[in-house]
Amino acid sequence: MNLVLDQVRVRLEGFTLEIDATFESPVTGIFGPSGSGKTSLLETIAGLRRPIAGKAKLNDKILFDAAVGLHLPPRLRRIGYVPQDLALFPHLNVEANLLYGYRHQGAGNDSLTLKHVVEVMEISDLVDRDIRSLSGGEQQRVGFARAILSAPRLLLLDEPMSNLDSRLKTRLIPFLQRIRDEFHVPLIYVTHDASELTALCDEVLILERGRLLERGSPEKMLGLDRVNC
Amino acid sequence: MTGEAWQIVWFTVRVSALSTLVILPFGIAIAWLIARYDWPGKTVVETAVMLPLFVPPVATGLLLLMLFGRNGPLGSLLNRFGWEIIFTWRAVTVACAVMSFPLLVRTAQTAFEEVNRRLEEIARTLGASEWRVLRTITLPLASRGIVAGAVLAFARAMGEFGATAVVAGIIPGKTMTISLSIYQQIQLGQDTAALPLLFFSIAIVFVTVLCGQIISRRKPSR
Repeated sequence: MNLVLDQVRVRLEGFTLEIDATFESPVTGIFGPSGSGKTSLLETIAGLRRPIAGKAKLNDKILFDAAVGLHLPPRLRRIGYVPQDLALFPHLNVEANLLYGYRHQGAGNDSLTLKHVVEVMEISDLVDRDIRSLSGGEQQRVGFARAILSAPRLLLLDEPMSNLDSRLKTRLIPFLQRIRDEFHVPLIYVTHDASELTALCDEVLILERGRLLERGSPEKMLGLDRVNC
Repeated sequence: MTGEAWQIVWFTVRVSALSTLVILPFGIAIAWLIARYDWPGKTVVETAVMLPLFVPPVATGLLLLMLFGRNGPLGSLLNRFGWEIIFTWRAVTVACAVMSFPLLVRTAQTAFEEVNRRLEEIARTLGASEWRVLRTITLPLASRGIVAGAVLAFARAMGEFGATAVVAGIIPGKTMTISLSIYQQIQLGQDTAALPLLFFSIAIVFVTVLCGQIISRRKPSR
């Protein structure tokens, strides 16, 4: 994976997000205080926010280029995005949620079948269930599986476990590791939780008030010993 | 109730249902455009849509008379295809449609605004086109509000009087609705004769609005 954000500027409330960075690690963590622009950065990469300047490229595909007025719509980017609230479709059951993106992007990829993904995410028994009947942890895994089934070239996860207690978080981290190891989907992972970063990420970027302060290994950035990776 | 009264009730229900069906696609489209996008002239269109709620109904009727009259811009055009509007059942339908349009748009607009935009955005990241997002996410989630708006529009059409009287006249067997008939009976000093129609008009609208309330409060089935 090679995501290049070349002097990308996005106007936000109160400040401007300015990013000049290349993302090449399998799992990159974004760390920073609330309101530093982490979610806006993910939304920009996903195509949900339009920058005012700069250029963005994922592998050989131009996502955005202000110079020529190009802004690739989200549906053509093949970038999965799991927001903090998961945004599962409440009027569709689990299976319909899972297949929503699969029909259009995932079909044709032999290793990426519904059966395989639900087995890996351990949600085989949930496919006929109503979304609203799922527990928090189950909803989380359905959210991950739905994004994976759209065969993304990059998966953006925005504090996916922020609403869960620490016991549930510990149980869910292995599922994220499976996404990384089983499906080989590069991840950009936003979190406030240092333990999630150390368990999952190869590299961490520190963001503050829309600027990239520094980047490096989780141990170096957070001053912690790496665990469980 | 006499056979004539039954015919009036049936005619009113039919034109009210037809006018609601006619405005449904336009109302949904305008409500969606207002709720989801910013475009030049949006406020003007929003205001124009609301006008029939506040302009005196007879004034709206007069405007329709001028538009759909034989020499009016729309009337002369439709006449070429052999469609007579004024003083026919079509005029009743047009008057009902215009007068109930704001209720449909307002209710549907609120329903669209209540749909979480995040769901639409995520659908796009999953590869859905704008049309698919509308068809599979926005419309199903706004459907209860849209149904409630259609019910309100139907109920409003059932009670329409002022614009209809001007544009369709009070012609027995041709344009006579429940409201027009009650008015005519009162004018003739036959208040008692109007009571069955009064009862049916209240009963139909009560049941309709009640169904609308039940539908709009019911949890989505899936």
